[in-house]
Amino acid sequence: MAHPAKAGALGARRRRAALFVATCRLFTWLAVVLLGVLILHVTREGIGWLDGGFLSSYPSRFAEKAGIKSALFGTLWLTSLTALFSIPVGVAAAIYLEEFGGRGKLSAFIDINIANLAGVPSIVYGILGLAIFVRWFSLQRSVLAGALTMSLLILPVIIMSSREAIRAVPHSIRQAALALGATPWQTVRYHVLPAALPGILTGLILALSRAIGETAPLIMIGALTYVAFVPSGPMDAFTALPIQIFNWASRPQAEFHQLAAAGIVVLLAVLLIMNAAAIIIRHRSQRDRAW
Amino acid sequence: MVTPSPQPTARAADAAGSPTIIQAHDLSISYGTAPAIRNLSLEISENRITSIIGPSGCGKSTLIRAFNRMNDFIPNVRMEGVIEYRGANLYGPGVDPVDVRLRIGMVFQKPNPFPKSIFKNVSWGPSINGHRSDVDGLVEESLRRAALWDEVKDRLRDSALGLSGGQQQRLCIARALAMQPDVILMDEPCSALDPVSTSRIEDLLFELKKQYTIVIVTHNMQQAARVSDFTAFLDAGKLIEFGDTETLFTRPKEKRTGDYVMGRFG
Amino acid sequence: MSKHLLRDLDILKREILTMGSLVEEQINKAIRALVDRRPDLIAEVLDGDEKIDQTEVAVEESCLKILALHQPVAQDLRFIITVLKVNNDLERIGDLAINIAKRAKYLCAHEPLPMPIKIADIAETVSAMVRSSLDALVNGDTKTAMWVCQIDDQVDDLNKKMFIGLQSLMQKDSKTIPRAINALSASRHLERIADQATNIAEDVIFLVEGEIVRHRMDDLMETVNGAP
Repeated sequence: MAHPAKAGALGARRRRAALFVATCRLFTWLAVVLLGVLILHVTREGIGWLDGGFLSSYPSRFAEKAGIKSALFGTLWLTSLTALFSIPVGVAAAIYLEEFGGRGKLSAFIDINIANLAGVPSIVYGILGLAIFVRWFSLQRSVLAGALTMSLLILPVIIMSSREAIRAVPHSIRQAALALGATPWQTVRYHVLPAALPGILTGLILALSRAIGETAPLIMIGALTYVAFVPSGPMDAFTALPIQIFNWASRPQAEFHQLAAAGIVVLLAVLLIMNAAAIIIRHRSQRDRAW
Repeated sequence: MVTPSPQPTARAADAAGSPTIIQAHDLSISYGTAPAIRNLSLEISENRITSIIGPSGCGKSTLIRAFNRMNDFIPNVRMEGVIEYRGANLYGPGVDPVDVRLRIGMVFQKPNPFPKSIFKNVSWGPSINGHRSDVDGLVEESLRRAALWDEVKDRLRDSALGLSGGQQQRLCIARALAMQPDVILMDEPCSALDPVSTSRIEDLLFELKKQYTIVIVTHNMQQAARVSDFTAFLDAGKLIEFGDTETLFTRPKEKRTGDYVMGRFG
Repeated sequence: MSKHLLRDLDILKREILTMGSLVEEQINKAIRALVDRRPDLIAEVLDGDEKIDQTEVAVEESCLKILALHQPVAQDLRFIITVLKVNNDLERIGDLAINIAKRAKYLCAHEPLPMPIKIADIAETVSAMVRSSLDALVNGDTKTAMWVCQIDDQVDDLNKKMFIGLQSLMQKDSKTIPRAINALSASRHLERIADQATNIAEDVIFLVEGEIVRHRMDDLMETVNGAP
């Protein structure tokens, strides 16, 4: 009886497999190289302007004197307040929807709507923020208004990714806890949440990283573009890194373009630090399983 | 020649006269429109091992989950009839299901220790119920009762997930014992384990029955025959026969029971 | 898994029936040798014993195999136990047939004896009992089994009459004593075959009803006969 595998067919399959792997490798390297080139270019452009003075000066008409202090502090304030609002609300909503909500039509309806909200363009959130927080709540063009607007923006993402993380916790763990006489809340608090924490953190970082980079909503609610002070309270006016970068990039002088590049480097640095912090926290919480 | 057997005897003659600890009266449970248990009446005797056998889908798991109200978490469950624990209706108004589970514990088919330390696995249950004194002692005693202490006494702070399957299951048993329940329900506790681990757990059950009442669901008829004092045979949600194990396996009253234990179906 | 068990149980059934028919044949030959004065059959009976021993061992080994490999329960388990016991009973019947053949050897070599009871009558009943008990085993028939147990009284009766008759014969004429003793012996062997057949019948009742009735046959028959 002839063997089902044709002689020589094996060779063709191997070649196709090798081709596939090579193509994937090519595209991966392409992406890495592109990113590398981008970062390299930006760094080369801006490195000359990156010094202590840059970080501690306010923007100015004179390129030599211009600095990023107000934008940096503005972004830090903004991000902290956004985290403060969005994390508890988002995670709590995810816990409620996953653990205590039903599985009926209402639940499906909420699911669809949250997914839709995650895809709404950020400028729409800007308009929403303007109407509700700036005007109706009379918060004016403050950091608070900006933070609340950004919170709304990233809330759907946080809820969705946290729900995924919670859903991934094996059902058997819950059953074990409940069978020991734990209430559903005790089960969530001591077992589900800790197990879902790495996933939730990843989602949080992704969401906050998005928030840092968004410009449109901030412009809508009135972040200023030329600010010579740092916010001292939540009700103060502010500017943010993306806005400052955009402002410099749109000036005709070449020095300002380089300043913009320097600003981008700072922005990237902030992102990296945030990611690193999240990775450390995740690593810690996974390692300390015996707690 | 023999008189036709009456309704399946819900109470087998027990030579030592052990009292009834759990009693089901005319129990019917269905998931939506699909019935899982039909008009079942059964008495579980205290300090005895009762096994529940039957082909797949006969309702064994549904039945024991009803004993500790774990069915409460399944949507669309409807229940008729009464389950009594020491004479009190388990589903009566004002009965807290959490309270029920403190007295009636459960061990599951696939070992499911928490991803925490061995110590924390055993101590967690008591600690959330306000047990403060001598946690170390409680943990040690529970692990001893589960025949696991000698193997883990030097690594209580290690992760429970590093234990073998058989050890993990014994840890789950220790975890249940730490709650000092009256009754331990076991849903096919050995089906995911190798024969040596299975044998150890079966030996354990003999010791445990001195202090606890054990209800064990099993697919393995030899296990039911080896281990249990009483056996209930369920088929398609109905109790076909209930009696002391020896009788059920040497001269069962119902033909269907005989066919099942002889392996003719299921 | 049940398929293999059923196949092995089938094989066992056939083996025990083979054993049964071998033993029946031995009884029939021995009785014919005795009643019809056929010395040629005696040699056949004596030779036939070896086959019976071999079959007995084969049956026992089959039972052990099924017990070890399948761990049977309920009806299957009772069947194996019953077969083991019946196997034993049949082997003893076989030995008794040999003994009858040996008595026949002596009686054929001497003048025919005037028997008080036709030994053929006892033999016929005993043969029927053995056959019926094996039928009951095969068919799971408790009624036939109970009949076998009841008929045993008749055989005991006939044997007693034979004893009394031969006793008076020996008192009247001392020359008949050696032959009479042999005849009496043969009769007793037949009676013991009947007892063994009764044992088989009791085993069948255990198989079917799950009750061990060995020592309470009287109560059982009372229950049956008294039933409306």
